[in-house]
Amino acid sequence: MSEHVALQEFSSIHGAMVEFSSPDDLMIAAHQAYSSGYRRMDAYTPMPIEGLAEAIGYKKNYVALAVLIGALTGATGGFCFLEWISGVAYALNVGGRPLNSWPAFIPITFECTILFSAITSLLCVLLMNGLPKPYHPVFNVPAFARASTDRFFLCIESTDPKFRVEETVDFLRGLGGNEVSVVPA
Amino acid sequence: MATKNPEQQILDQGLVVKDPGPNEIIGPGHDYKTVTDRISGVVYLPWKSTPKRWFVGAFLSFLLVNVLAVAVCYLFLRGVGIWGINIPVAWGFAIINFVWWIGIGHAGTLISAVLFLVKQDWRTSINRFSEAMTLFAVACAGMFPILHLGRPWLFYWLLPYPNSMWLWPQPRSPLEWDVFAVSTYGLTSLIFWYIGLIPDLATMRDTAPQIWLQRVYGAMALGWRGSAIHWHRYQKAYLLLAGLATPLVLSVHTIVSFDFAVSQPPGWHTTIFPPYFVAGAVYSGFAMVLTLMIPLRSWYHLQDLITMRHIEAASKLMLGVGLIVAYGYGLEAFFAWYSGDKYESFMYYNRVFGPYGYTYALLILCNILLPQLLWIEKVRYNLLMVWLLSIVINIGMWLERFVIVVTSLHRDFLPSSWGMYAPTKWDWMTYAGTIGFFMLLIFLFVRALPAISIFEVREEIHKGHEHGEKALEGATV
Repeated sequence: MSEHVALQEFSSIHGAMVEFSSPDDLMIAAHQAYSSGYRRMDAYTPMPIEGLAEAIGYKKNYVALAVLIGALTGATGGFCFLEWISGVAYALNVGGRPLNSWPAFIPITFECTILFSAITSLLCVLLMNGLPKPYHPVFNVPAFARASTDRFFLCIESTDPKFRVEETVDFLRGLGGNEVSVVPA
Repeated sequence: MATKNPEQQILDQGLVVKDPGPNEIIGPGHDYKTVTDRISGVVYLPWKSTPKRWFVGAFLSFLLVNVLAVAVCYLFLRGVGIWGINIPVAWGFAIINFVWWIGIGHAGTLISAVLFLVKQDWRTSINRFSEAMTLFAVACAGMFPILHLGRPWLFYWLLPYPNSMWLWPQPRSPLEWDVFAVSTYGLTSLIFWYIGLIPDLATMRDTAPQIWLQRVYGAMALGWRGSAIHWHRYQKAYLLLAGLATPLVLSVHTIVSFDFAVSQPPGWHTTIFPPYFVAGAVYSGFAMVLTLMIPLRSWYHLQDLITMRHIEAASKLMLGVGLIVAYGYGLEAFFAWYSGDKYESFMYYNRVFGPYGYTYALLILCNILLPQLLWIEKVRYNLLMVWLLSIVINIGMWLERFVIVVTSLHRDFLPSSWGMYAPTKWDWMTYAGTIGFFMLLIFLFVRALPAISIFEVREEIHKGHEHGEKALEGATV
């Protein structure tokens, strides 16, 4: 791949990016790029667009599974902790009442379930998405400043096996977007 | 960046922003860019263009925060004896205000989570603001039980942590449940609010007029770049959080009501408390949302983003929940009579005709009688009336907690242990101080962060695109 990179003025490149003015155009382009055999790409939009992630080949989302694991950890952890506190660590005999008074532990168990799931979903948004990320190559494209306002971008990354700078730029030009730029890494 | 701040233009040219009426959630002519500029423009407004009312309001709130500081310092010096609490009424203002504030928080979660799950489009432009209100209300609520502890600086004894005395808190007590419920609620609300803010912080990073603002928002946005795959995970996590926050919000006020219902005094020991407390919480929360939203939209000319649709929907919901609260009052009276329990029936008689009877009369007036005006469409479309009614309901819900706490405690089973309760000036100062704290945070919030969720409004525009075009065609024909 190095001989293609050498064609560029940049020492290394992250990919090639095209800008669109509407989410519908981006969606069509994403489908075209995927059916043309590109696999490593990403789309950038100022709001969630339904079906866009699937269009660029994203399949499995593990957020729900992670949050379920968080919830189960919170529930079992919370309940066992309460049992341990009041049955073992600080077992108070109050008029012979049972130490294993589990119904009284349900409210806190419930709160622990919610708390652990909420923290897990925050971690999912951050860690699975690789955030916080102070530097990312896409921000090198000046027009990308509008990706958080009213512009929609499709970026084919240089790690894609089918990526050849000139061919890919030509392909992107043919998608009918506004401007095509090479993204330095 | 080169384009002029639309909020500044409205101010300079004296433009009037038209409300599109009760059928639209967004005014006509908005696209992705204009909503972004309008909402962030409020934050980017230079200090000299900030409405004078903002400075007056923020300054008055700041004064009240100082009152709070004085009251709390004196409390730390002298102890809870400076308050009006004593035996038999040991709970007084601290618990009344705690329940009131936490109830106010509930509408924020209801708007952001429950209305999200049932796909109510009108939640979009008010959810950010209501969630902020939730956070600040929970912060105020959390202060009271801690200040009410005899030694507030040892509040961490409430948490189960390994300590040298090997003592653990009592997990069978509703007061301990409360610690977990309120802290979980506060944390989950913060997470929900912050996750909702991340994409908007990225927008602010990319559009802020000054470099230092870009850096501050950039740091808070954590490098969000709007990747489709990130959005996919983001939406899943947001949906799950909404699903988690919904039972959470019900559990919090249920557990708060257990503080009362699990104990013995007549008037507290009833099974109706959990649903009745949750309804009351939502009622007061919507009232507070309206109290804050109506001035906000006129100060910052947001009439085309917070429209009559929002205000009317919130008023209707408030009216509906108010009827559930009225049903709760009715059932309390019914139980007192039907149970045949002489302590219960005396409690009710004392509540209505006893020394605190006037608070009960005012409560019925504020919470049940006056809000019925909202049945009339003209009243719902009259902003001043809706605003005044929302304040009346806030007062009414505070009175409800006063009635529950004080009238049940001051005359229990034994006439020999009866007593009276009167708040002192320190009670009032602490209460007023938390209102100032709450308002100051609200003032700072609308100045520093987008008070309306920008990306969700963009989503609404995307969804309503065809609908909007049709409306325009209809207009030209």
